[in-house]
Amino acid sequence: METFNVFEKIFGLNFLSALISVILPLVFLIIYALIAILGELKISAWIQERLGPMRTGPYGILQPLAEVVKLIQKEDIVPAGANRLLFNLAPYVIFAGSFAGFAVIPFSAAFVPAEINIGLFYVFAVGAFAVIGIVMGGWASNNKYSLLGAMRSASQMISYEIPGALVILSAAVLANSLDMQKITTLQDGGFWNWFLFGGPGNWTKIWIIPFTLLLSLIYMIASLAETNRTPFDIPEGESELVAGYHTEYSGMKFAMFFFAEYSNMFIVAAILTVVFLGGWTSPFGTFMGGFWWGIFWFILKAMFIVFIQIWLRWTLPRVRVDQLMYLGWKVLLPFSLVCFIVISLYRIIY
Amino acid sequence: MLVDIVFWFFAVLIIGSALVVVLSKNMIYSVFALLFTFFGVAGIYVLLNADFLAVTQIMIYIGGILVLLIFGIMLTSNVTGVDIKSVQTGKIQMFFAGLVSILIIVSISFIAYSTNWKVSPTTNTDVSTTIESIGKQLLTNYLLAFESASVLLLIAIIGAALIARRK
Repeated sequence: METFNVFEKIFGLNFLSALISVILPLVFLIIYALIAILGELKISAWIQERLGPMRTGPYGILQPLAEVVKLIQKEDIVPAGANRLLFNLAPYVIFAGSFAGFAVIPFSAAFVPAEINIGLFYVFAVGAFAVIGIVMGGWASNNKYSLLGAMRSASQMISYEIPGALVILSAAVLANSLDMQKITTLQDGGFWNWFLFGGPGNWTKIWIIPFTLLLSLIYMIASLAETNRTPFDIPEGESELVAGYHTEYSGMKFAMFFFAEYSNMFIVAAILTVVFLGGWTSPFGTFMGGFWWGIFWFILKAMFIVFIQIWLRWTLPRVRVDQLMYLGWKVLLPFSLVCFIVISLYRIIY
Repeated sequence: MLVDIVFWFFAVLIIGSALVVVLSKNMIYSVFALLFTFFGVAGIYVLLNADFLAVTQIMIYIGGILVLLIFGIMLTSNVTGVDIKSVQTGKIQMFFAGLVSILIIVSISFIAYSTNWKVSPTTNTDVSTTIESIGKQLLTNYLLAFESASVLLLIAIIGAALIARRK
């Protein structure tokens, strides 16, 4: 099989190339998380007309590093009534689940950690580990706020997985593939070929453009709910549940939950980028294309989605539980079903 | 070499966590150990080149069935204070359960060793993808089974909605 992993070409298919392919996304994830935390602090400050952190480094850009040092120093507390084994296991399960998604994300034309032809399906499946981890942590904390937060989170993630999966299914029908690299290469040749604008094809694709725009919007909303971000962050609603499923966690274990949330944010942003925004392809056709520009475009597009997530978090108020379920089951699900049928019809006709 | 290490890792993971599932007195440990059993089975599927089956295993068993089991146990034992433990098991029950288990193990291993398994060389040498052939088979040769499964699931969904509404 043709490989898209540049390290396999250089070192051959051995342990070394596998190790590099695993470590490189992890290094990227750590750097990205630091930048995203800084972004969250600064963007929230700008939206609220504050300055944000200003003391650590010029304009406070070293603030995330200071936060990491602080978290490492914190005492690691396990509550007396907690189930020790599961309490300690939960942060690892959550982080392992979210990091597993990085295995199939095509960062560039020449680098996908693991090239498998059911990449989209795989990313969706490993998301299940996050649900298990959250429920594990919430239950093991032996705290009613944690348990309530975990229950809310699990039900929310399961509900919003359905419209999200329907969007992915529509995209798979449109692209005729579940391979993330193949979906990306299909959209090569300018932003007009992105699936956001109906994908590659002649003028007949115009009448499905409203539906593909709607699909990307549905996925954006569903992904916010799946990553427990505002306006769907009721699992950790401070005014009701203290901090939800991670109420009892401190120090680095809390940091693992935090880290997993940022990692999940990037994964949904990457899925949205690959499926609707053309992945690593340049929006101007061959101009600014190629290997290095590919990495640049992919990270730029994904970070733009992450920026939108942060922007929405500090702009919108939190929804109620019943509003959340109403939106998921009675608005997003019918709309995504209609879009799915229309897209399938389009594929049959053309 | 590497494949062997991975195989033994998954094999030990499956057997070990399956033992925890069966032998643990605490139901919640059994359920969470089931996570590692399902994951290990998915790993074995990957080693057998059944990529679609492996991901489906994670999607359905970990994402669906296990979450359902966890909900069931969390909402019953820890919240209501009712302890689900098999404290009633006496010696007579243990004896008969053991007898039945040994009988099943012996008969299964007898069948496995005495059957003349028909092994044919793979006709399709390209084993990098299974999803396309699975999809084509499901919508042509096995359409009836596929459709009856989906109708069955639809009936289950309608039934669940009906039961939930009656209150």
